[in-house]
Amino acid sequence: MDNKTSHLEDLKIIRKVMEESSRFLTLSGLSGIFAGIFALTGAVIAYFAILKNGIIHNDEYSRSLSIKEINLLHVQLLTDGLIVLLLAIGASLFFSIRKAKKTGVKIWTPVSKRMLINLLIPLVAGGVFIIALFINNQTRMIVPSLLLFYGLALVNAGKFTFSEIFYLGLLEIFTGLLSAFFLNLGIYFWAFGFGILHIIYGLIMFGKYER
Amino acid sequence: MRDKSIISDLSKVFDSRIRLGIMSVLMVNDSYNFNGFKETLSVTDGNLASHLKALEEKGLINVKKQFVGRKPNTTYFITEQGVTLFKKHLKALELLLKGQ
Repeated sequence: MDNKTSHLEDLKIIRKVMEESSRFLTLSGLSGIFAGIFALTGAVIAYFAILKNGIIHNDEYSRSLSIKEINLLHVQLLTDGLIVLLLAIGASLFFSIRKAKKTGVKIWTPVSKRMLINLLIPLVAGGVFIIALFINNQTRMIVPSLLLFYGLALVNAGKFTFSEIFYLGLLEIFTGLLSAFFLNLGIYFWAFGFGILHIIYGLIMFGKYER
Repeated sequence: MRDKSIISDLSKVFDSRIRLGIMSVLMVNDSYNFNGFKETLSVTDGNLASHLKALEEKGLINVKKQFVGRKPNTTYFITEQGVTLFKKHLKALELLLKGQ
């Protein structure tokens, strides 16, 4: 009898170690929910405050602006986006660390490092590419590029964490590609890709693994 | 009779949970280093080193020592023999649980 329970315990340990050493599982669904909320808030601010109730559907409106006004607009949108990004990163770090503490798992492990590297390669490439777009005044392509590179990063990192991340990545890629065909609707795609998708993903993950 | 043959597949090498842990890690990772094991398995240096040594002596894992800058970095890999023996052990564990 004793043998049997110890065999079962052995199998449990094997499974646990295999999973923990090959996948980064301290990502919390709450991170997704908060990232989504920040993104939506950012989009609302951009729409009502920066883009004056959305009348600036890029082209038509921006033609009537002076270069100085356009530059100001770009800087405001950039600041808005960067604040959302920082808040989202902050939230995911906070909730990951909290989840790691709760479940007694280390957060900085070989697998979390590998996941981060895989995430960062497409992300940094995308970041540099977007800086180039910005400098060259190709601002309309920024939203499609953001979504596309972010999606690629998630697909790449998905091998080392929850498989749901992989599917979220596919959806972001799809949203990004679609938005490349509707450049005037960038802000809606941004709100959908970074806002709605993150919230849905976060709710699913929270319900599935953390309740 | 049948049970006996199953039990003979349960390798004595894997009696220790730490060795089981080391092998489990190496089954799903191409390579892993000393500090990685320490963190994943929460064991002390000495304990870990002696178990790694034992597995190495049995030919179940391979060791590669190199320097990253001035710091020594020891990486471990599973050998073919290690994979075979560990799979056999897993199978035996499962059979024992099902059979009784």
